[in-house]
Amino acid sequence: MITLTSTLFFYFYRPSEMHRNKRQNTNEIMKFLVCISKAPDTTTKISFTDNSTKFNNDKVQFIINPYDEWYALVRAIELKEKLGGTVTVLNVGAADNEAIIRKALAIGADDAVRIDAEPDDALFVASQIAQHVKSETYDIVLCGKETIDYNGSEVGGMIAGFLDWTFVSLATSLELNGNTATLNREIAGGHEVIELTTPFVLSAAKGMAEARIPNMRGIMAARTKPIKVISPVSAEKFSSIVSYELPKEKSGVKLISPEHPDELVNLLQNEAKVI
Amino acid sequence: MSVLVFVESTNGSFKKSAFEAVSYGARIAAQIGTEAHAVALENIPDDMLKSLGEYGASKVCSIKNDSLKNFDANVFASVINDIAAKLSATIVIFSMSYSGKAIAPVLAAKMNAGMVPGAIDLPKWEGSEMKVNKNVFSGKAIATYALHSEKKIICLTPNTVAAEKTENKSSVESIDVTVPVSKITVKEVVKAGGKISLTDADIVVSAGRGMKGPENWGMIEEMANILGAATACSRPVADIHWRPHEEHVGQTGLTVRPNLYIAIGISGAIQHLAGVNGSKVIVVINKDPEAPFFKAADYGIVGDAFEVVPKLNEAFKKFKSAV
Ligand SMILES: Cc1cc2nc3c(=O)[nH]c(=O)nc-3n(C[C@H](O)[C@H](O)[C@H](O)COP(=O)(O)OP(=O)(O)OC[C@H]3O[C@@H](n4cnc5c(N)ncnc54)[C@H](O)[C@@H]3O)c2cc1C
Repeated sequence: MITLTSTLFFYFYRPSEMHRNKRQNTNEIMKFLVCISKAPDTTTKISFTDNSTKFNNDKVQFIINPYDEWYALVRAIELKEKLGGTVTVLNVGAADNEAIIRKALAIGADDAVRIDAEPDDALFVASQIAQHVKSETYDIVLCGKETIDYNGSEVGGMIAGFLDWTFVSLATSLELNGNTATLNREIAGGHEVIELTTPFVLSAAKGMAEARIPNMRGIMAARTKPIKVISPVSAEKFSSIVSYELPKEKSGVKLISPEHPDELVNLLQNEAKVI
Repeated sequence: MSVLVFVESTNGSFKKSAFEAVSYGARIAAQIGTEAHAVALENIPDDMLKSLGEYGASKVCSIKNDSLKNFDANVFASVINDIAAKLSATIVIFSMSYSGKAIAPVLAAKMNAGMVPGAIDLPKWEGSEMKVNKNVFSGKAIATYALHSEKKIICLTPNTVAAEKTENKSSVESIDVTVPVSKITVKEVVKAGGKISLTDADIVVSAGRGMKGPENWGMIEEMANILGAATACSRPVADIHWRPHEEHVGQTGLTVRPNLYIAIGISGAIQHLAGVNGSKVIVVINKDPEAPFFKAADYGIVGDAFEVVPKLNEAFKKFKSAV
């Protein structure tokens, strides 16, 4: 009777502990979830429409956000190849995001989930992802450290906040031994080596892996890999972008003769006042 | 209602960005007719905590607890959440730094708060709706964000809104909160030995592939030493391991916005500019007068770095010894 009550207590009050124990006992395979975002190619000339209230999509080439692809996705695939497991990619976005999802599948993810909603508020996106994670049994959720369009660094931490899972930000390496993970992460003024057990959420930074180019076999295989489309749950959107502008152009460069570097020093001191 | 500012410290002292955040929070509090309080989670001497009052904090709370020695975003978010509730704070301010980036989103989920990750100026208000500007597309554009939520989190981009001293005096209070146990074990901490951190530096000396090889970085480091600057590099330089990848700046590396950015032997590709064009003053040294970087520069020298940089270093040295 006592055992039963305490088991029940655990069941009701410590769902994440339960989850962990289950994995330890049954030696199940690792399930990785990699969150990918769509971003304009880095060479994009940024412009706006509708009286500078909307980003101009016209002729923009979209890619998988580099941090998501090069580091989070590739590291998950490497670990799966080494230790076994599954890699699912998840994107919150409209149907035309399938091109980038297929690319992630071509690089080596097993399957994909697309949550059919506009990803225009980070807390909204994170609550969609957290809801999906709750309905599955993922061990590690990987995000890129930020997107190169809105540079938010938000979604990973928010998912962790919603799930009450530990958040490891700016991870530059990830190794696994059973359900114990060893990570390197960047901190103010250096980096540190940490250890924790699954489940957790991480944001991946440079160093975690090297970008991979999908090969022909991967591209062929990606065509038939499943993309599950799910409807969003209701969640509030707390932020919006009301307008955009381009930064002020520089007024033009002042050239200094290479023979007179002291002239540059003088300008930096007396005109720009920065030294 | 009040404004709470998380002040970041490293090894027991505050960085410039901490004073900027307090001053920013105090000015927002004044906008909406309330007070700003500051919270530090490291073991900091009281007189240093008091110094935050000069930037407008009414109360400065510190929590001296050994469990906060190691950084854990969830633990910090939980503690800040409790303090925010105790002080009825509806706006929480962070600096957009390593720890701010990690704690703020966890807290946003816990508080159910809307968030602006990287404000660059003071907000404007229309009723309870707040609007503030933020850099987007890695500095290629600026967007005005509106927050409609009752609770709000703003991460302030360092070196965008200067700290202002006030006549204000603050009281230091210790606050009682439960500190949850961290699930992270820290095995090893590696400090970037005495070097000036790139994202905090007022001056950055950066070099690219034009330097021909890692053996030629002596003159770059010398310039950084003379000026008290941090060193940075372009992406290919980090990719071919001439320099550590922590120095890689640009759209896929660090974003920096120092007062002075000196670019030597860097062409100025769009991806590089994206991470550095928030710098107040840009100096470009390149032997190719057509290098695109000159278009984004304030001052330029067209010339061979191997000739120009040693001469410029002499001129900087002369200037430094004169002041
Ligand atoms: C998806 C993607 C993301 C990227 N992200 C980034 C990023 O985050 N950061 C980044 O930096 N790059 C990034 N790049 C790379 C970028 O496009 C450029 O290739 C890179 O910035 C060039 O580096 P560089 O200027 O050092 O080298 P180069 O382009 O080779 O330029 C070298 C420059 O040095 C000059 N030079 C040569 N010799 C001398 C001399 N003796 N004295 C003076 N000048 C000399 C040359 O005139 C030239 O302008 C990215 C590219 C892609 C595709």
